[in-house]
Amino acid sequence: MGNVANVWALARREVQSYFASPVAYVVLALFIFLFGYVFYDYLFVFLERSMGRGGFGGPAETLNLNQDLIRYVFLTTSVFLLFLVPMLTMRSFAEEIRSGTIELLLTSPLTDFQIVLGKFLGALCLYTAMLALTLLHMAILFFFGDPEWKPLLVGYLGMFLLGSAFISFGLVFSSLTRNQIVAGFLTFGTFLFLWLIEYAESWAGAASGLVTYLSVTKHLEEFAKGVIDSRDVIYYLSFIGLGLFLSKQSLESLRWRG
Amino acid sequence: MIEVSGITKEFGRLTAVNGLSFSVAKGEVLGFLGPNGAGKTTTMRILTGFIPATRGTAVVAGHDILSEPLRAKRKIGYLPESPPLYPEMTVFDYLEFVARIKGVPRERRKARVDESLERCSITDVRDKLTGKLSKGYRQRVGIAQALVHEPEVLILDEPTAGLDPKQINETRALIRSLGGDHTVVLSTHILPEVVMTCDRVVIINKGSVVAQGTTQSLIDQFREKEHLHVTVEGPQSEVLNTLRSQDGVMAAEPAKHVSREGDVVTYRLSVAPGEPGGPGGPGGKVRRELAARLVQAGYGLLDLHQEGTTLEEVYLRVVSSEEPGEVP
Repeated sequence: MGNVANVWALARREVQSYFASPVAYVVLALFIFLFGYVFYDYLFVFLERSMGRGGFGGPAETLNLNQDLIRYVFLTTSVFLLFLVPMLTMRSFAEEIRSGTIELLLTSPLTDFQIVLGKFLGALCLYTAMLALTLLHMAILFFFGDPEWKPLLVGYLGMFLLGSAFISFGLVFSSLTRNQIVAGFLTFGTFLFLWLIEYAESWAGAASGLVTYLSVTKHLEEFAKGVIDSRDVIYYLSFIGLGLFLSKQSLESLRWRG
Repeated sequence: MIEVSGITKEFGRLTAVNGLSFSVAKGEVLGFLGPNGAGKTTTMRILTGFIPATRGTAVVAGHDILSEPLRAKRKIGYLPESPPLYPEMTVFDYLEFVARIKGVPRERRKARVDESLERCSITDVRDKLTGKLSKGYRQRVGIAQALVHEPEVLILDEPTAGLDPKQINETRALIRSLGGDHTVVLSTHILPEVVMTCDRVVIINKGSVVAQGTTQSLIDQFREKEHLHVTVEGPQSEVLNTLRSQDGVMAAEPAKHVSREGDVVTYRLSVAPGEPGGPGGPGGKVRRELAARLVQAGYGLLDLHQEGTTLEEVYLRVVSSEEPGEVP
């Protein structure tokens, strides 16, 4: 256990393969375009409101960059992860199973968990690059205004945890099939469901507490405000842990599925 | 070096491998021979730790593949049925990656990759993408990949499948040269391959070993009857009488497909198998006595030879019999 070099070798190859195919470029470009659009949109509204030209025509408001702009940018862009993360993870195991390279990995002196961890870290590296690109927009805010950096950092932490959780589940679905399209759609469908159950709150009755707890984006709200709530951290960490565990189990089952 | 005892693999109701046992000595090249679907690939996958056996144990280089998988795997190089290449990587990067995950220490990695490239004669394509290589090169990169961490044991699943004749010869020569340093197990359904590259053969059919030994010992073991071809100049009926009266000859007929000129006739004789180790091999005694008698009787003995039993005949016999256990 704990052979970091092995895990790193796998993660490195994963990143190389992202950039050897159009996947990395498409996902990065799409994300930065959508993020930029949302950012511009909210910034425009923010400026209008602060100059008293908002939708309700009220007086000029005193607005806070963190609470009235950055927070909503995070909450809205987190929705894009529902379909961008499946694009990142759908091929990770599925393609190896299809091409037979999984046989190389499973006959190498690696534990199944190391293999899963390598895949996870590889996808996480690309996701981190996605987030890193958005720092450009934040830099603009720092240049022309003075947002607080601590809540901003917490917002990024939330985005990072949410992405990690999604990635860990994307790996589960990718390891279930040799068809990356199937893996992608299963992942996307599951994320969509986890996102939609947020709205089931109204009719779920007694179970509404549970439903709210399960909803995956709900837990980002406090982070986006700049607040670290241990319940949210635990939610995401257990989500990640469960995803990694299930991926490992699924990989193990590949051995007896033959 | 490899000790397989009683491994059985069941996929649901299907038994792919049934109580297989064999062993391979250090430095030996063992051929794993059997028709398609005999359980060759399944056995190799069990040996390499890709899939666990339902029952039985496989010990490779001193480590049980189930209880000490990581130690065992470090000592195994494996070429699956299709070489496990990442098409988007260059040959060099790919081999370096494999060296990393097989645990080759950093300082030896480059030297090991270079040596594997050299050994498989693929240094000239080291900077090409593996996805752009021809089938022959892909196969060689697959073998290089199996060699890169200097494993004690090499397991090659159909290493020559899909290659052209020239590539097949090169690959066989390469495998031959690997024996000695490495213990090699290769699977194939091509007979001449075994004769050319292997020290020993295990023939499997329907998941069980039906025969094993050196190629020669297999031929001897499965020889039931000898056939002799004798070409004699002399009156046919007299010659036949002489032939039939010889001790040990069970039947003699003029051979069907041999042209005859005048009195020169070729006869085909069935002979009881003699003592296998005797001088002149099995049936040597009969040949010696027969030659003397024909010459003494005044006939012209033009040719006398034993019809060869080939491994092919042995193979066809053992794999086409219904009950593998009943083969002598």
